[in-house]
Amino acid sequence: MPAAIEVEGLVKRYGTLAAVDGINFSVPAGTVFSFLGPNGAGKTTTTEILEGLRRRTEGEVRVLGLDPWTEGAKLHQQIGVIPQDFRFFEKITPKEAIEYYRALFGTKVNPKTLLEQVALSDKANSRYDTLSGGQKQKFGLALALTNDPEICFLDEPTTGLDPQARRAIWAVIRNLKREGRTVFLTTHYLEEAELLADQVAIIDHGKIIAAGSPAEIIQTHGKPARMSVEGSPVLAEYLRMNLGAAAVVVDGKISVTLSNKGDALKILTAIEESGLPWTSFTTTHDTLEDVFVRLVGQMDEGALKSEESP
Amino acid sequence: MRTSHIVADFRIVARSYFRNPVALFFSLIFPIILIGMFGLIFSAAGSGSVNLVVINEDHNSPVSVAFLQALNNTTVVKVQIVSVTPQNFSSYLGANGDSVGLMIPAGFQSDYVNHTAVNLTVFSNKNDPSSAGAVSGAVQGVANEFNLRAVCTGKSCAPIVGFTLRNVGSQVYKYIDYLIPGLIGFSILTSPMFSMVDIASSYRKDGIFRELSLTPLTKSEWLISRILWYVALTFVTAAIMIGAGILLFGAHVTLTTGLIPFLIVGPFFFVSLGMLAGSVAKTPESAALIGNIITFPMMFLSGTFFQVSSMPPGLQAFARVLPLYYVIDGMNQVMLFSNTTRALTDALIVFGLSVVVFLAAIRFFKWRDE
Repeated sequence: MPAAIEVEGLVKRYGTLAAVDGINFSVPAGTVFSFLGPNGAGKTTTTEILEGLRRRTEGEVRVLGLDPWTEGAKLHQQIGVIPQDFRFFEKITPKEAIEYYRALFGTKVNPKTLLEQVALSDKANSRYDTLSGGQKQKFGLALALTNDPEICFLDEPTTGLDPQARRAIWAVIRNLKREGRTVFLTTHYLEEAELLADQVAIIDHGKIIAAGSPAEIIQTHGKPARMSVEGSPVLAEYLRMNLGAAAVVVDGKISVTLSNKGDALKILTAIEESGLPWTSFTTTHDTLEDVFVRLVGQMDEGALKSEESP
Repeated sequence: MRTSHIVADFRIVARSYFRNPVALFFSLIFPIILIGMFGLIFSAAGSGSVNLVVINEDHNSPVSVAFLQALNNTTVVKVQIVSVTPQNFSSYLGANGDSVGLMIPAGFQSDYVNHTAVNLTVFSNKNDPSSAGAVSGAVQGVANEFNLRAVCTGKSCAPIVGFTLRNVGSQVYKYIDYLIPGLIGFSILTSPMFSMVDIASSYRKDGIFRELSLTPLTKSEWLISRILWYVALTFVTAAIMIGAGILLFGAHVTLTTGLIPFLIVGPFFFVSLGMLAGSVAKTPESAALIGNIITFPMMFLSGTFFQVSSMPPGLQAFARVLPLYYVIDGMNQVMLFSNTTRALTDALIVFGLSVVVFLAAIRFFKWRDE
C-alpha cells in the first residue's frame, strides 16, 4: 500500500526549544492513523506541519507526495482538516457554508448528501451560533469533506462532546475509512484510538516513544495478562509449588501472571485438582491507556528512549 | 485572482451582515441619528446673533467705526471685518458659507459730514431670508439713528445714510450642507475601521483565517470581497444621509457622479488600513487600541463635524496629513463647489495611499504561522 504520509527526521524548533525532535513515521493510504500524546507533546505542531499550516525546521515531509509548506495550495485541494474546537462565521448555516466551500474548491458536491453523511441533515439551515458542540464538530466534518479529500486530518474531534455525540463522530470516521480515505486522528481518548486506529504513534516531549497497531503496542509495552482468583490464600503457594507460577496474594485475592497463551487453562486445571476452595476468577490485560500512562510516566522520569516507527 | 471566489465570499459577508441587528443598526439607522443630532444642535445654535461680514472701504474712519460699533450694539448682528476687495466680496461670502455681508464705501465719513447721501451695500442670500431680514433691519435702524444725529442744515434734512440690498453672487452653504459630506466621511472611516480591526484579530484568535487558509481562497480575494462589501454599504449609507439631510434640514448638495470615486476609494483605503492595524497587533486588545489611535484624530479633525477652514492654522496643517481629510474635502468639492480639478487630486491621493496600504495589509496579515 502506498504511503499517504511520510515523515523522516522531522524537527520543529522554537528558539532553542525543540517542540518536535526528529520523528519518523509513515501512514499507509486508506488507514486510520492515530497520533497520541499528552498536552504539549508536539501533536498539534506535527499535525499543522503536515497540513501545511506551519513551517518545519528540519526533516523530510511528504503528504500525498507533496511538500505541505511549499505545495500547500495543491495539497489543500486534496485534504480535509477539522481543527480542534471548529469555529465558523456565526450567522452562517451548514448548507450555506458548504455552498461557499464548494464555490471556493470548484467542486459539485451536493450539500444535502454531505450533511446526510455526517448526520446533520436536520440542522442544514440552522446558524452556526445555534448549534451544540457535537453539531458544530459535524459541521466542521462536513466542510472538511466538501473537496472530497483523500486524507482527513481530525484534531481531537470529540473533545468535550457527550458520549452520544462522540459515538456519532466515530461512526463518521469509520465511514471515511470504508470510503477508502486516510484518516489522521489526534486524540486524548485512548479508547477512541484503540477502537478506530489501524496504527498508533505515541509522542512525548517531541519524540515518538511507541508506534504500531494498538495490539502491538500493548504487547510490546504492556504488562503480561493476569488472572485473579477468589479463593483460599493457600492456593497461591500451591500454584507456586506445583506450576512454578508467579502467584501472589493481593488484596485477599490470588493474582497470577499469565506469561503464555496456555497458562490460563493450566492454572485453572491445577486449582480444580488442588481441591482447595475457590469461587470465581477474572483475567485482566493492559489497555492502550495503561500503556500510554506508563510510557509517558517513564518518559517524564527520563527512563525511556524514543523509538523509531516500524 | 478568481471572481467566483470573491463573489462566494461577498455573499457570506453580506449574509452575516444582514443577520446581525447591531451591524444593521449602525449602517442604516445610525446615519439618520447622526444627521438628525448634529443638524438639530447646529441649526439651534444658528438662532443667536447673525454673523455679518464687513468690508470697510472707508479705511476705518471714525464715523464708519462708530457705525459698525452701533451695529454690534444692536446684538442682532455680530460684525466680522475682513479685507477683501469689493469685486470679490460676493464670491468670498459664497465660498465661506456666510450669507450676509455689508460694504461701507470709500468716502463714507466725508459724505456723512458733508451731508451728501451715501449708500451702504448689504449682501444677502435668498436661501437665508431670516438672516437677510435681521441684518436689513439692524442696518436700517442704525442708519436712521445716524441720520437723526446729523444736524439738518437749512432746508436740507434728507436722510444721508441709506443702503441697497444685493444678492450674493453664488450659493451660500449652511452647516448642514457641510455636515453631509463630513458625516459620509465619518461613516467611511468608522464603519470599516472598527469592524476590520476587530475581524483581523478575532478571526486569527478563533482560527477562522486558519480555516480559510486551507481553502483555495487567497488573502487578496478575501480582502477585496470585504472592500466591495464596504463600498456597497457606503453607497447605501451615503444615500440615507443625503436623503435625511435634504428631507429633514433642506440641505443643498449637488448629487453628482463625481461623488462615486470617493465612495469607492474611501472604503478601499479604510478597509485596508483596518486590516493592517489589526494584523500588526498581537492581541485583540492591542488591535482595538491601535485602531482607536488611528481613528479618533481623523474622526474629529478631518472636516467631519467641523470645517477644517474654521480650525486654527496648526490643526489645519495636521488635518492635511490625515487621509480622511482628502476624502471629505473631495466630497465637498463635488457636492458643494463643483471644483472637479481639486476633487480629482483628492481622489488620486486617496487612491495612491489605498494601493500602498492594501499591499501592506496583504503582506502583514497572515493566514498561517511562519
